[in-house]
Amino acid sequence: MKLLKYLILFVFFINFNSSSIAKDPSDLINEIVDEAASILSSDDPVESKIIKLNAIAERSVDINGIGMYTLGKYRKIIDDEQKSKYQKLFKSYFLKSFSSRLVDYTNPRISVVSQKKINDKYTIVNSILEATSKRPQVKIDWRIYTKNPERPLIRDLIVEGLSLARTQKEEFNSIIQNNNGDINALFKTLEEFLIK
Amino acid sequence: MKKYFSILTVVVLLLLNTQANAGDDGKLDTNKNENNGYVEVKDCFEKVNRGIFSFNQVLDKAIFKPLAKGYRMFPKPIRSGTSNALTNLSNVVTIPNNVLQGQFKDAGINSARFVINSTIGIAGIFDVASYYGLNKRDKEDYGQTLGVWGADPGCYFVLPVLGPTTIRDSIGSVINLVGGDAWYNVTVANDTQYFSEADYYASRLLSGIDFRAKNLESFDSLESSSVDLYASVRSLYLQDRYRKVRNIDKTTETLSDDDWEELESQ
Repeated sequence: MKLLKYLILFVFFINFNSSSIAKDPSDLINEIVDEAASILSSDDPVESKIIKLNAIAERSVDINGIGMYTLGKYRKIIDDEQKSKYQKLFKSYFLKSFSSRLVDYTNPRISVVSQKKINDKYTIVNSILEATSKRPQVKIDWRIYTKNPERPLIRDLIVEGLSLARTQKEEFNSIIQNNNGDINALFKTLEEFLIK
Repeated sequence: MKKYFSILTVVVLLLLNTQANAGDDGKLDTNKNENNGYVEVKDCFEKVNRGIFSFNQVLDKAIFKPLAKGYRMFPKPIRSGTSNALTNLSNVVTIPNNVLQGQFKDAGINSARFVINSTIGIAGIFDVASYYGLNKRDKEDYGQTLGVWGADPGCYFVLPVLGPTTIRDSIGSVINLVGGDAWYNVTVANDTQYFSEADYYASRLLSGIDFRAKNLESFDSLESSSVDLYASVRSLYLQDRYRKVRNIDKTTETLSDDDWEELESQ
């Protein structure tokens, strides 16, 4: 009887534990949007805002995954050394480009409207960037990688139906292709961007 | 005029034929679900296109961007009114394309919107139709219709001033000039006492400025974070046209999961 009691308690604990740490993709977006909005509307200096925004990105975006996706067919032909160099460069490029895009916004209002699970690995969260006097309302969808439900990660932003990851992939592939398939050309371009 | 249509028919048939062949090799098949039907479009004259793109960039910085910034300084009601009037005018191209694509309900709603907004809404300045529950529909053009009929986009290229396009979309634009655009017909093609050529060109210029003004920040952001702006713009244009041809509104239907599925980084 005692054993049965322990078993029930153990099963209950396991279930309770796994359900309490699984994170809803919409909650992830709501959290980071609120956090980013509070950083952007603060009086902090720009450098401080960038550091805080980058911390959010490192925590909630699958930077390595996006990096490999953007390499497209070339990710299959690079060696480990090139892969490691690319991942470092891509991370720096991503964070610089991410924070510089966001830092100009003072108080972006994004509301999550719905979400749709595509499969076990992906959920699309639909949101709206509210209109301002300068620009109309913008539809933003987030591709969330949910393979690890405890730690969902953003893999793509789809702005008005246009995928930023696909755009990035086609941009990188164009650079490599126009340099006879030499991946070093992409490394050089990224390095130049980083020192700009 | 007959000659024009003969040429157009041949080109359209050729495009349809290209699509059929593309399907045969299994790589560019638009009818299967692989890659969600996304067709890889060839940039046939990339070097020339990059040159024209740079020229357009210079033109944009010298003329269109300053004009768009100036336009932004007008009060919001004036900008909204202008935007509404231009959208209303675009219905004369959207409605026939609704019909050609078999979107008869949309054709009816757009026709009612056009009549109401052109009259009660004073030349489309006020979107009265939305107030009556006739909400705005997506714009359609002849390039999209050709796509819906199965025509392949053909080569991607960049036109001076007008910007990115494909063979299919250019044919769509030509159809506007050979009778497909009622606004062009009453301003440029035919000599009417009510409108002049200047009205048509002014409306086209205003459309461009209105679009540029709505996207000032987005363009700046794209420019500053891009490592190959030409490739980014090409990608965005082709993604946008793909979505419009397929009349897709849901993200889950537009994206290819092929590359994502292979990634395991967690």
